[in-house]
Amino acid sequence: MIDIALKIALACVALAMLLNLWSLLKGPTAPDRILALDTMVINAIAFIMLFGIFADTTVFFEAALLMAMVGFVSTVAYTKFLLRGDIVE
Amino acid sequence: MTTLLDALVAFLIVLGGAFALIGSWGLARLPSLMTRLHGPTKATTLGVGGILLASMAWFPLHSQEWSSHELLITLFLFLSAPISANMIAKSYIHRRFRRYSAPEDVETELPAPPGEGTDWATFGSSKFDDTRTGRS
Repeated sequence: MIDIALKIALACVALAMLLNLWSLLKGPTAPDRILALDTMVINAIAFIMLFGIFADTTVFFEAALLMAMVGFVSTVAYTKFLLRGDIVE
Repeated sequence: MTTLLDALVAFLIVLGGAFALIGSWGLARLPSLMTRLHGPTKATTLGVGGILLASMAWFPLHSQEWSSHELLITLFLFLSAPISANMIAKSYIHRRFRRYSAPEDVETELPAPPGEGTDWATFGSSKFDDTRTGRS
């Protein structure tokens, strides 16, 4: 039962990441692209967690945690650069 | 009992995947950035929350080991998602209603911030170097 659920959810998240890629390419403004990239990171975290359950191992949790942190920091850095033209003032 | 918990985990996994897909579909489908923000910030975060809950229930059930990583990821994601959404909305507004070097399609002035004699921090001068940004 969990195998089928995992396959459905992995397909859903993969499709979601493809949609994110499409909106990342479409734009049209820089904040749109930042939003698409942020959503893509969140979807990647979901994908890593699902793959961790699928492979029955906990080693992928560190990767998911790192992606959560780096994704947030990069989003804030991009928006800060757009707002101020500088990141660390 | 185990079958019931398995069904619960499977339900949470499918729910999480469906919410992640709905959020990204909203991001691709909705017309402007302010409406587009709703998809990822609400639906996708909920989807990841569902998947993390499923993982939190599944690993103690099957391999008798419990780790705090899922809780940490959930906490961090739920703390950071509103902040990044706020920053994206702010950058959108401050670029759309630009005060300096305005593009041609600007028709409205930026709304005034609350409080007497204050200005948006975005347009304030840098404490260290005013010449770099060209703003005074």
